Amino acid sequence: MLTIKDLAVKFPSRFGDVTAIEDVDLTIRPGEIHGLVGESGAGKSTVGAAVIGLISTPGYIANGKITLDDTDLRALTPEQAHAVRGDRISMIFQDPQTSLNPLMTVEEQLIETIQTHSDVSTQDAHKRAVDLLEEIGIKDAAQRIKSYPHQFSGGMRQRVVIALALCTDPELIIADEPTTALDVAVQQQVLDLLRELADRRNIAFLLITHDIGVIAQIADRVTVMRNGKALESGETAQVLGRPQHPYTVALMDAVPPLDRKIPRFRLPVEDDIAAQHTTRGTDAQNWLLEGEQTPPTGLTVQNLTMRFRGTRTSLWQKPDHFTALDDISFAVRPGTIMGLVGESGSGKSTLAKVLTGLLNPSQGTMTLGDAPLPSARQRSRHHPSRRLMQMVFQDPYSSLNSRHKIGTILAEPLWLYGLVNDAGERRALATSMLDLVGMPADALDKYPHQFSGGQRQRIAVARAILARPKFLICDEPTSALDVSIQAQVLNLLKDLQATFGLTILFITHNMSVARQMADDMIVLRNGRIEETGASETLFTTPQAPYTQTLLDLTPAMPSTWAASNA
Amino acid sequence: MIALLKRNEALWLFIHSPAAIIAALVALAIILGAAFAPWIALVDPYDLSSFSLFDGLLPPVWEDGANPKYLLGTDDQGRDMISSILYGARLSLFIGLAAMTIATVLGVSLGLAAGYYGGRFDAIVMRIADVQLALPAILTALLIDGIARGLLPADIQQELRVWVLTLAIALSLWVNFARTARASTLVQMNKDYVQAAVMMGQRPIRIMFVHIFPNILGPLLVIMTVDLASAILLEATLSFLGIGLPADSPSLGTLIRIGMQFLLSGEWWILWIPTLFLVALVVSINVLGDFLRDVFNPRLR
Repeated sequence: MLTIKDLAVKFPSRFGDVTAIEDVDLTIRPGEIHGLVGESGAGKSTVGAAVIGLISTPGYIANGKITLDDTDLRALTPEQAHAVRGDRISMIFQDPQTSLNPLMTVEEQLIETIQTHSDVSTQDAHKRAVDLLEEIGIKDAAQRIKSYPHQFSGGMRQRVVIALALCTDPELIIADEPTTALDVAVQQQVLDLLRELADRRNIAFLLITHDIGVIAQIADRVTVMRNGKALESGETAQVLGRPQHPYTVALMDAVPPLDRKIPRFRLPVEDDIAAQHTTRGTDAQNWLLEGEQTPPTGLTVQNLTMRFRGTRTSLWQKPDHFTALDDISFAVRPGTIMGLVGESGSGKSTLAKVLTGLLNPSQGTMTLGDAPLPSARQRSRHHPSRRLMQMVFQDPYSSLNSRHKIGTILAEPLWLYGLVNDAGERRALATSMLDLVGMPADALDKYPHQFSGGQRQRIAVARAILARPKFLICDEPTSALDVSIQAQVLNLLKDLQATFGLTILFITHNMSVARQMADDMIVLRNGRIEETGASETLFTTPQAPYTQTLLDLTPAMPSTWAASNA
Repeated sequence: MIALLKRNEALWLFIHSPAAIIAALVALAIILGAAFAPWIALVDPYDLSSFSLFDGLLPPVWEDGANPKYLLGTDDQGRDMISSILYGARLSLFIGLAAMTIATVLGVSLGLAAGYYGGRFDAIVMRIADVQLALPAILTALLIDGIARGLLPADIQQELRVWVLTLAIALSLWVNFARTARASTLVQMNKDYVQAAVMMGQRPIRIMFVHIFPNILGPLLVIMTVDLASAILLEATLSFLGIGLPADSPSLGTLIRIGMQFLLSGEWWILWIPTLFLVALVVSINVLGDFLRDVFNPRLR
């Protein structure tokens, strides 16, 4: 029903026209979920925007044909396009927070949309809105419809967004990363709902996502995109199970499997970053090893509790407490990687902040190696743990100061901890360290914005390692990165850990990634430990029901796919 | 050159904004004229021997009875209007720049520290700022001026006039900087690079000025230009009211006050020319401020 032929979209710029996508062919049949997968910058969203006619200015369609049944979407006048947009094509966005108007009730938004597109009375529209909400699985819809968006949870809100998209009974829904902002459990529900709608209402979906697990789970057909070109297209099992194009093969290799642990991710040889790797990194390696005379350091946490004071609601009543961490005890064995998994709000990041001394715990003791680790308020600026414990943050775009050069950023730990006193030596060491993490030496005089997310994360890792730490906390270090880059960064972390005998606390929400990295595991939920133990045991025979649920809900590929890793 | 233009976004935006170019030219001409006043002005309005009463009240050249020597006419003392204005702008700009600099240093330091430390220090600084915002800037300036007049002995009062005025204006403008710096600092505090610096155990002073400060510079530059215009206006207002600079060292405001006496007696240029000059200066600085705001805030483009 939807046919795209030779589509090309260009964006004029000061440097001439930039081609966002070209030669994209795509066909979607009714009731089909068509996955559009690719890494950031592949042009996935641009395809969606072109179909719905909402390419952000000043972009324009340079070439190609988009037809919906018999309608040529490119030949429409703006008014006709507007009508088609509402009636026959709908869109679901990534963030349910921002795609609903926070000042209107769900009822008002649904009725408004229904009445815009069909001439019905408010009563009828109301009835249809309630039916829709019931259809998409909101219980007690007649009551809930009076609520404002913020009164719904994230998953429920995304359901409301889907209901809005269904208002006009569309033939095609474009879903742009519809589950990326959601936790696995909620993601599962939303994906089930999409599948159900496709089957029952015969709606076609263009599902745009970077998550191959999601595609593997619900898409009938898939198109793989890279750099604005469609590389491979076909049945999902065919494309992902027996990929033909080298890029798809590489992509599948980079996806961490949930059902087994692989020693290293296999990276394609023509990898643009790792290819420049030479042997000069040995200087940094030798320097780092000089300091590593002591055996690896473990970490013990006992009865750690973190309570936040709630907002005061009354002048006389004490505000309620919110318990982010509830009586947490665990030990990280020296020289191993401890995986810490949990959904958002489980207290993962709070734990990292307590350990690094950014938050003062309400109770509990921490021990780093043999020495007690004072909590935030008692930990002085010169405490040895400031150097021994380093952290790699989730967002490589905010963890590096955008106004400092890479050289300055890397030299900082060296002079701050008095490790190297000569500026020239610091620079040489920083250069060598860049090489060790697979970055070119000329990066030294550049600013962070000149690098991609993966490269920045390498720099962040280099900064942490240059402090000669014994203990590294990685807080979701790869969740902002594309899979192929994620594979590179994970490989790098594994290498560094093995070489320098680091102890790592690896925080993630992604069970597959955790399995690849961790020796031991902690499963955290609502600030409590649900399960802890050796990683492989936990993944093969989970004890806690919650761990089992997490494993079941994580979108995974059949183990026969991507066999090249085995 | 073209390669440079393409790389530098601010420059590219600048050459595509006629308003910004005109404003920059006007401001530049005024600033250069003021800076080099002693070399380009016809007479020195402070030196009584350099002008003559006989040249008094001459109109601009395009009116009848003008002396072509005095392009924009003379005032009642026989001073060349252009010379008076250039010297006046020199004083106005000096006071404006000095006041803005003091306000920036004071406001940014307090705002940064308030945002960084939070808690009680933040509360105290911001409540003081709130109280001050409740008073009009002119009232604050009047208050400080009054206190200085009361405290300083009469003989050094005249000498310190310019500095008292500068301080009065600075103290009524620091709040803008403190608030902006604090708000921007709070945003930066949540960024991981600041958290990383805190975690590593860096000195708070270093975190504030080496890490956070360069990242909040954008909005501060905008406020600096806008407040430079405010400072010049405030000085003009105070001088106009007669509590600023005295008539023997006239700033633009003083010139306007003197000109007021001739408003209804036909010698319109004595009032209007300094006034238009002040308007041109303030408007062009404000337009530049607007332009800077657009550069630093891509969403407004």
